[in-house]
Amino acid sequence: MLLKEILSKYPKDPEYLIEILLEYQTSKKNHYISPEDVSRISGHFDIPESQVCSVISFYTLLSMEPKGRYVVQICHDVPCFVNDATNIYEELVNVLGIKEGETTPDNLFTLEITECLGCCNEAPAMRVNNQVYTNLTPAKIEKLIKDLRGEIK
Amino acid sequence: MIQEKVVSKRFGKVNPLSIDSYIKYDGYKGLEKAVTMHPTQVIDEIEKSKIRGRGGAGFPAHIKARALANAQGPKFIVCNGDEGEPGNFKDRMLMENDPHAVIEGLAILAYATGARKGYIYIRGEYQNAIKIMKATIQAAEEKGFLGENILNKGFDFKLEVRSGAGSYVVGEEFSMIESIEGKPGRSRVKPPFPTDKGIHDRPTLINNVETFVNFPHIILVGGNEFAKVGTPSSTGTKLISLSGNVKNKGLYEVPFGTSIRDVIFQLGKGVRNNRPIKMVQLGGASGPIIPEYMLDMSIDFDRFENFDSKTGTGAIIVIDDRYDIFDILLINMKFFVHQSCGKCAPCREGHIQIVNLLNKFKNHRATEKDLMSLENLANVIQQTSLCGLGQTSMTSIISSLRYFRDDYFTKVRY
Ligand SMILES: Cc1cc2nc3c(=O)[nH]c(=O)nc-3n(C[C@H](O)[C@H](O)[C@H](O)COP(=O)(O)O)c2cc1C
Ligand code: SF4
Ligand code: FES
Repeated sequence: MLLKEILSKYPKDPEYLIEILLEYQTSKKNHYISPEDVSRISGHFDIPESQVCSVISFYTLLSMEPKGRYVVQICHDVPCFVNDATNIYEELVNVLGIKEGETTPDNLFTLEITECLGCCNEAPAMRVNNQVYTNLTPAKIEKLIKDLRGEIK
Repeated sequence: MIQEKVVSKRFGKVNPLSIDSYIKYDGYKGLEKAVTMHPTQVIDEIEKSKIRGRGGAGFPAHIKARALANAQGPKFIVCNGDEGEPGNFKDRMLMENDPHAVIEGLAILAYATGARKGYIYIRGEYQNAIKIMKATIQAAEEKGFLGENILNKGFDFKLEVRSGAGSYVVGEEFSMIESIEGKPGRSRVKPPFPTDKGIHDRPTLINNVETFVNFPHIILVGGNEFAKVGTPSSTGTKLISLSGNVKNKGLYEVPFGTSIRDVIFQLGKGVRNNRPIKMVQLGGASGPIIPEYMLDMSIDFDRFENFDSKTGTGAIIVIDDRYDIFDILLINMKFFVHQSCGKCAPCREGHIQIVNLLNKFKNHRATEKDLMSLENLANVIQQTSLCGLGQTSMTSIISSLRYFRDDYFTKVRY
């Protein structure tokens, strides 16, 4: 969705900054807020650009760096760790060919480690964009990544 | 049966997306009864129930409610659905499985306190819960349980969902207030407390999701009846997020006073492959780590207070004997390095030093002096941090120094 459309959905009040940034970033293919976006948003609310930037840099789900089409976030907190999350991470490194914080050269995948996703009852868990996947096994990872690659082609 | 279902009683029965289904299972009966009472009577019932907050700290709910009711002018109610504490999933389950119960609890408190505006703050990772709560608010408005002139009693209450964007500290009250104002979630110095000066400097009450879901039940059965369940210091039931190396991970609801051992072995069916338990972490990353011999401890706020922590969230993380305590502590501490908002030095710098020290132990490079440094630093962080994050983050370290001291000595290089 266009930034203009999203801005017009909300009251003109900087209270909604986080909501707007999240919704806009999710709608973008490369999941990030660019410097141009920042200046358009700050113009809309008539607030300093620094205020928008300070919000983006505080919250880990918001980013000023471009990411892949699919942001793969594997949980690594204790309940997942004791349920084989390390192996799942290694499987991801294997099939994607990248490490934590990196993006594949075709800009399809970014791999990240995240905090608890609140699915510890179905550990290990991960998130791909807004979709959560649980009870992961290396075989499931392999299939999922293959499916996501196929979806694009 | 050791389970006693109150807040989770409709799970699996009610269709979470249907208001008619909720009404069929006694939904909104608590609100309908509440509006026939005087607002102060509603708070009196909450006081008689002796319910304490389910967000971790266990603060008596009626005190905050009464403070908000006594405040003049515009005021706000916030439902804390941030649930950032690793090992917890109860609030997600409540919002996903019985969302109208959350709204009913909020509406009852709005009636009792005179608040006309409320927020449900849900962490950004919980996209499903966010969607469900938004749809539920709309359905409740259409049926006259929210919005204007609720139940034709002339009271108005508007609710709005706000989503988090990946920050643990925002679960803390003042950080959440900042975040609702659209700002970075850095805490403020207390006092004044939120019920004096919260959102836009107006009086604000914040309760946990599970706390709100208890209110309809309290009004329906009466405070005294509610208080018969549980223990004298901790009344009612508690949702338990059971995870880790147990056979049956999941959400359970038990009366306060149930032992941790019963939860793990009767409900969780024990440890996978019947391995011995090495340790159990209570509450989440900011909770204590206890050894197997302490599992007969009962789930009770007074017992948990011995640990100065947010144990009261009800998470139980079981860890078997394959794991090294230093790996577990390092995961906890890296979490806090990552989540510190950076506003005060003990927390911002301290957690990094703690990670360095733990790494020395993990790699057998620590000396006895490092053990003393770790102990001192943990106490400094706990005592001098500005907000609850730094004040509770050391609980796992401090408890491990008490109950797993031998593990430290085996790693010390002489
Ligand atoms: C760092 C930190 C994180 C917290 N996170 C949460 C949370 O995710 N959910 C919650 O309900 N309370 C959380 N709390 C506790 C809240 O500050 C507050 O005590 C609680 O929401 C009050 O509700 P209650 O009285 O119903 O428990 C957190 C506290 C701290 C210090
Ligand atoms: S204790 Fe940590 S999270 Fe809390 S205000 Fe200080 S730096 Fe921020
Ligand atoms: S620890 Fe991974 S989902 Fe909770």
